[in-house]
Amino acid sequence: MNLTLMGLNKIKEDYLAAQTVLARRIIVCAGTGCIVNGSMKVYEEFVRCIKDSGLNAVVELKKEKEEDGVFVSKSGCQGFCQIGPLVTILPENILYTKVRPDDVQDIVETTLIRGELLNRILYVDPDTKKPCKNQSEIPFYRKQQRFVLANCGVIDPEDLREYVAHGGYVSAAKACLEMTPLEVCKRIGDAGVRGRGGGGFPTGKKWEMALQTESDKKYVICNGDEGDPGAFMDMGVMEGNPHSVVEGLIIAARAIGADEGYVYVRAEYPLAVKRIRKAIQDAYKAGMLGRQIFGSSYNFDLHVMEGAGAFVCGEETAMIASIEGRRGMPSPKPPFPSQRGLWGKPTVINNVETLSNIPLVLAAGLDQYRSLGTHKSPGTKTFAVTGHVANTGLIEMPFGSTLREIVFHVAGGMTSDDGKPMNDGFKAVQIGGPSGGCLTRDHLDLPLDFDSLKQVGAMIGSGGLVVMNKNTCMVSVARFFMRFTQEESCGKCVLCREGTKQMLSLLDDIIEGRATEETLTILEDLAIAVQKGSLCGLGKTAPNPVLSTLRYFRDEYEAHVKHKYCPTGKCKKLTKFWIDENLCRGCTLCVTKCAIGAIIGEKGQPHKINQMLCRKCGTCIEVCKFQAIKGGKS
Amino acid sequence: METLRKFEKVCEIVDQNDRSAARLIPILQAVQSEYRYLPEEILTYIATSLGISPASVFGVATFYSLFTMKPKGKYIIRICDGTACHVKGSMNLYEALRNKLTLKEGADSTPDMLFTLETVNCLGACGLAPAMVINDEVFGQLTPERVDSIIDDILDKEEKNEFDTHGA
Amino acid sequence: MSEERYVTIDNKTILIEEEGNLLELVRKANIELPTFCYHSELSVYGSCRLCMVEIEGLGLVPACSTPPAMGMKVRTNTEEIRKMRKIIVELLLANHNQDCPTCQKGSTCQLQALARRLGVSKVRFKKQNRELPLDDSSPSLVRDPNKCVLCGDCVRICSEVQSVGAIDFAYRGAHTVVIPSFGKELDKVECINCGQCARVCPTGALMPKSEIEEVWKAIYDPNKVVVGQVAPAVRVALGEMFGLEPGVTTTGQIAAALKAIGFDKIFDTSFSADLTVIEESNEFINRIQKNENIPQFTSCCPAWVKFVEQYYPEFVNHLSTCRSPQQMFGALAKEILANDLGIGPEDVVVVSIMPCTAKKFEAKRPEFNHNGMRDVDNVLTTQELGRMIEEAGINFRELEPESFHLPFGFKTGAGVIFGNSGGVSEAALRYITEKITGEKRDSYEFTTVRGDNGMREATLTVGSKDFSLAVVNGLGNARNLLERIKSGDVHYDFVEVMACPGGCVGGAGQPVYSNPSIRHKRTKGIYENDRMLELHKSQDNPYVTELYSSYLGDIGGEKAHHLLHTSYKTRKRISDEDMTFSSGDDQGFEVNVCFGTGCFLKGSQKLLRDILEYIRSNGLHSSVKVGASFCFETCDRGPVVKIGDKIIEHCTLDKAREAIEGMATSTLKEVQRNA
Repeated sequence: MNLTLMGLNKIKEDYLAAQTVLARRIIVCAGTGCIVNGSMKVYEEFVRCIKDSGLNAVVELKKEKEEDGVFVSKSGCQGFCQIGPLVTILPENILYTKVRPDDVQDIVETTLIRGELLNRILYVDPDTKKPCKNQSEIPFYRKQQRFVLANCGVIDPEDLREYVAHGGYVSAAKACLEMTPLEVCKRIGDAGVRGRGGGGFPTGKKWEMALQTESDKKYVICNGDEGDPGAFMDMGVMEGNPHSVVEGLIIAARAIGADEGYVYVRAEYPLAVKRIRKAIQDAYKAGMLGRQIFGSSYNFDLHVMEGAGAFVCGEETAMIASIEGRRGMPSPKPPFPSQRGLWGKPTVINNVETLSNIPLVLAAGLDQYRSLGTHKSPGTKTFAVTGHVANTGLIEMPFGSTLREIVFHVAGGMTSDDGKPMNDGFKAVQIGGPSGGCLTRDHLDLPLDFDSLKQVGAMIGSGGLVVMNKNTCMVSVARFFMRFTQEESCGKCVLCREGTKQMLSLLDDIIEGRATEETLTILEDLAIAVQKGSLCGLGKTAPNPVLSTLRYFRDEYEAHVKHKYCPTGKCKKLTKFWIDENLCRGCTLCVTKCAIGAIIGEKGQPHKINQMLCRKCGTCIEVCKFQAIKGGKS
Repeated sequence: METLRKFEKVCEIVDQNDRSAARLIPILQAVQSEYRYLPEEILTYIATSLGISPASVFGVATFYSLFTMKPKGKYIIRICDGTACHVKGSMNLYEALRNKLTLKEGADSTPDMLFTLETVNCLGACGLAPAMVINDEVFGQLTPERVDSIIDDILDKEEKNEFDTHGA
Repeated sequence: MSEERYVTIDNKTILIEEEGNLLELVRKANIELPTFCYHSELSVYGSCRLCMVEIEGLGLVPACSTPPAMGMKVRTNTEEIRKMRKIIVELLLANHNQDCPTCQKGSTCQLQALARRLGVSKVRFKKQNRELPLDDSSPSLVRDPNKCVLCGDCVRICSEVQSVGAIDFAYRGAHTVVIPSFGKELDKVECINCGQCARVCPTGALMPKSEIEEVWKAIYDPNKVVVGQVAPAVRVALGEMFGLEPGVTTTGQIAAALKAIGFDKIFDTSFSADLTVIEESNEFINRIQKNENIPQFTSCCPAWVKFVEQYYPEFVNHLSTCRSPQQMFGALAKEILANDLGIGPEDVVVVSIMPCTAKKFEAKRPEFNHNGMRDVDNVLTTQELGRMIEEAGINFRELEPESFHLPFGFKTGAGVIFGNSGGVSEAALRYITEKITGEKRDSYEFTTVRGDNGMREATLTVGSKDFSLAVVNGLGNARNLLERIKSGDVHYDFVEVMACPGGCVGGAGQPVYSNPSIRHKRTKGIYENDRMLELHKSQDNPYVTELYSSYLGDIGGEKAHHLLHTSYKTRKRISDEDMTFSSGDDQGFEVNVCFGTGCFLKGSQKLLRDILEYIRSNGLHSSVKVGASFCFETCDRGPVVKIGDKIIEHCTLDKAREAIEGMATSTLKEVQRNA
């Protein structure tokens, strides 16, 4: 089927026409987070209650116009999962939070029938204590700049028509019908789009390199193998706006002259896999994929490849090996994939967020895109904010925003370990996951972009932001990430395979009190060797958490090493346990539970811990019903 | 007959993938969803039909963490140990589950092969940390108590099934 | 004219010629960068990170995977590089089994050499890995995963050069190992014993299996006559272990050393190679006349023979039935020599000195074992002989050359060139041309079949007939050739295959080498040997003529057949991988469909499906147990199905149905009888 620009317009008009006659639209968030919180039950409940109250419930927008219908639709992730399930009601634009199935009847009666606000499920601004009617009043959203995510959480990700109605596929059609490949490359290059997957390589330049390589066959690949623990931006895009990724790939294919592509998605994201598959299927049916797309002379086939559980496959050459059916082990560059990639053919690999930006950049024009962000890093960046902050979730900020804005405004400030506000609690942020580094109080006002971060030994990576409070032991943080990369090392090159293992062991020595001053020297020497000498990005960046914590929190390391003391008291093995005689009731529970018999005491008498024997396993603290056992700095 | 059906399914999977060595990973994924693990003799068969060496199939099967060559339980519980979940005590959940399922040291599956317990790096449900997934269903904002009751529910359901099958 | 391109390496200007990477260029500057994973014969892997160099403006890069570019300024010994190399060696040593003094790899271990060269005096890291079991199941090789540095050289040579892939990486990260499929032992999988993996292994993780102790034992046994046979390729390589140039012939020194060690008789495998030439050439002439089993494949290389047996059952009949020279000699020694010496064959201990590890496997093949006695008792590699000479304290270089014993120590040049790829073909041509035309030729060299390419072809007109020949080394090349023969793209009359690059001179039993130029020198040495000898054609060997007339009788006759020929079998690649579908009750019978390569290609999958469908639709599923097996070893006649005890070849659904019905009735009768 040949779909032309006019055909595209027709889809749009039909859909808008069907929409305008609706009385209302209810959007239930169907991102992974909200589904986990039961949003699908909420959805079903809406359909049932609306029908029961005699209203016309519409679950699928058909061509026949549904006069006065109440359209109940699903959306992708809206980012603020911790207050989900989220329900938006249009045209009033009301956002209800933490909606339980029991609330639905009430919403139908109060809002849908009577047109009133249901205050009890509105979000309350913690500062002003005022209820917020919609996103624009909630501080979490108010400070963001949603560009890529603008349609996530609004449109139904499983309905191609709605994506088209929001202007989708126009850029792809233009790229195929009105622009030359070189023009596409130049436009993206002039806009200054940089790869969001890690290093920030200019996308236009990457495409142009592949375009210039002559070959009978070329490929484009979407890297959706987002594996950083604590990062889920790409998942959000794939679940919430899968067509934007497909469109981005069509444009990329057109730019380099590829006729085949892959979307490589982590199998741990079943919903993203499902929606991407659906999007591709629908795009084929509509004529955006397959033969002579958009009525042009170009063909483009797109496949989905599910990962099988290997973080390293996020590295380009490893991903290619994986698609070819081999062990996902990286190979040396050069040759670069743009010269010799999949099946030895020139291949461009772009990350989900980058691709999702592409249609917008072409549609919005250079000036609008460049008006966001900084001169060298234009546009926006999505971040997954987790850790000791009030609001965790998926956010989008212009490049050049500061940590202060993110942590204290969007994320609502610091919290203690148990989630209570802790205004002066900021200690550090780990940016870029296991490949990134940590930023400290000194960097709170640093404008975040690719280049500024590189200068301070961190990287934007894929955009994971873990905020840590004062009670966090930075050596343990380094160890956590080191354990991750060590387990995910593919094992090919010596430095990464053996080096990460030894670094982990050295960190264990430090945390468990076996380290000497030489340990730090060895750790640092090794970390630098691994950083400079490893084969691929995973290995080269694996030492970053260690090196950056060593750089900014060396005193903490030294305390562990020299004084066998963990300043935060988090390292159990460096903690001394003792029994508070005033609190101990002499119940002997700890005596019986201690596996090595390090606690002595008669029934009814305060017990004592034999420090020579104590292995600091912490069991006694857990079993004591009177909080009589204390652990702390020794 | 069950084995027959499964083997025929394997043949079908191999055919559907054009007997192409490049499709090894999708083939293994499909086979694993059929068997819940990758039996050695099936891998040999796959190697033969794709024209690659069994050693390289074994190499691929052992490289990716979602593949397993050991049979797994009916319910595969994967505790998320991504950063957000880790910070919010995912390891406590893990320990609680080990106790609940009375898993012996070194064992990941219950002797009756009903449950297998694993960790996973990130489920992308960080907003709801700590999270876990049982087969395809994700659970968030967990506490040891909640985990306990989720397992009890499954056990109840299983017991009821057992009863139903025997009753019928 | 293209401009001259150059780079600067440690302040020296080096011209870029054909070099594809910096590492080769640095070598040209007479600087040896350390590396474990770079081999010019294999693909670039880039895992050891030892060849890092600094390029101005680019920082540290691995030389092996960096193409040279005009004007690059390269430094190979900066402080940073030196530090990194040391750390890499320390990291490897930390987890390395450190029984270096007792390791057979000895001074050829590159890890040990590198640690010494880099002055690593202390390992700052702790051992992290647990001990893994040693695999000494194979008759040819010993695999010690605790010494493996995971450079992947073995994996690549096995798949890229030999197209076998018996070993591969498994698991991930710090758990990565190189192992045969499913962690099985090496002798349970498709390893062809060529040992090229051991040749490229930088450490002692893969090594030829030593039989030195057994040989010493035989030597010390006063009741045994220890007979040595020395393969052609040994004489041009052994000297390397004693500081001589590669290719220098040391035949006389070898004879002297063997005598000094205590061998009772020293013969030359080149003698039995002469015999092979005569038998194999006549077999060829016969086949050509009958137009049967053409092309004829040579069969002297046991790795190649096993390769055909397990991958190409349809070509097994094309292998020459001639035993290899090693096995011909063994049979002769046990029968004729024992008789001449007036002792029982059990008291003759035949020890071969071979450039090869697969020869160890060959000697243990059941075809060459009679009542527990082997025709060849022990096979020593060139390396092992070198070690025995060292152990005996013999100053090899200074030995007075001695001669081999007669009659089996006398050879022609034709028997010697067997050591080179192309040598067997050339030796056969020297015979065939004279035999067919009936005329003596003055010249003897056929240089068209010589060379270093993995695949060469030649067409020769002998008399009125044109013969096309192919000479192949490396089994990957052989696989390509077989596929092309199968598809009908090419036709040959005679195909010579040797598994190792360059032929036996490049065998894995030879002193370890990594630079192909060493092999080329050995090849040259072999041809020089030929030139130096008095006779060059096997048919001119008077002792061979004498042997036929006094003992063997006719060429290819009964006696010759008994002693000099053998048979082959098709074999499974991997042992014990059957799949049983547990249906059917105790009284049922089994139907097993073969899913081995041969049968699979001939449609066993459809057959299985049809049989299952038939069984289901006829309500037989309770009395029939259906399974898939992975080889009944008669693959050339596939698809093969075993029904009850009956093996049905070229099986069709009709044939199977008939047999199943027959079985079903008889089983039913039995059940009724029992009831």
